[in-house]
Amino acid sequence: MKNMTKVTAIQTTAAPHTKVSSDVVAIAFAALMGVGLLFVGGFVQASALHDVAHDQRHAIAFPCH
Amino acid sequence: MIKQLFTSAVLAGLVAGIFAAALQLILVVPLLIEGETFEQGLVLHFTLSENGAIETPVGHPSIMAQLPRHFGTLAMNMVAYTGFAFLLVVGFGIAQRAGHKIDGRAGLVWGLAGFIAVHLAPSVGLAPELPGTITADLVARQTWWLGTVLATIAGLASIAFLRAPWGAVTGIALFVAPHVLGAPTIDTYYGVAPPELASQFAARALAVAAASWAVLGAAAGWLWCRSA
Repeated sequence: MKNMTKVTAIQTTAAPHTKVSSDVVAIAFAALMGVGLLFVGGFVQASALHDVAHDQRHAIAFPCH
Repeated sequence: MIKQLFTSAVLAGLVAGIFAAALQLILVVPLLIEGETFEQGLVLHFTLSENGAIETPVGHPSIMAQLPRHFGTLAMNMVAYTGFAFLLVVGFGIAQRAGHKIDGRAGLVWGLAGFIAVHLAPSVGLAPELPGTITADLVARQTWWLGTVLATIAGLASIAFLRAPWGAVTGIALFVAPHVLGAPTIDTYYGVAPPELASQFAARALAVAAASWAVLGAAAGWLWCRSA
């Protein structure tokens, strides 16, 4: 009986812990997505991409060339 | 939370990107194309006209002349604003975990804060540039721009979330620091385009960014509280 109580206690603390870390992973993943998209949209100097993005970069005032 | 982050960021980013591109095409791109005519020497400013007057006629070219070019502007605005949206919802996620409520109204405030951090603060040192503007070294400008954006975000967060008065003191110090350090500049004016054109371009670029971030923030906040 004593052991059972102990197990229940472990389970209730374990559940929110998983939720916390999955939220943190999701937030970190979203941050990576944002940085990646902005790198492509604002900073990559490859000529083809630069030309397509040219007017947007001037209008948004990314320092692009 | 992953569903909330992605729904909110992708949908709000695409809506704001389309909105930004539409406003840019109406208000900013015609000035930008006109600036290119000076950059390429097709039109010269401050030359004597036939009647002896020093004047340059205004001539915003039609955006319809180079239609395929503007699809690039539309696509890349969708990419850039979706990128902004992802970073905005990262802020939402962190704030929500700290017990703050996010909805459309809060999102609007977040969006305007994003405009201040990403556009208004860096424009103090590096104004939006008409094509043909000659400026300092690219990497130095990109570094200063990024540092200013990050410092301003940290400053806004300090004022919003830290206890007064230290939050405000830290925030103001963070706002001011990049400008005390100074943006990379050159010590010569090279402008070939009329100043009226360059200033109107810069002002409209900022106004369009402000409106687009307002749409981005409000849409992201609204979607955030509906996709929980």
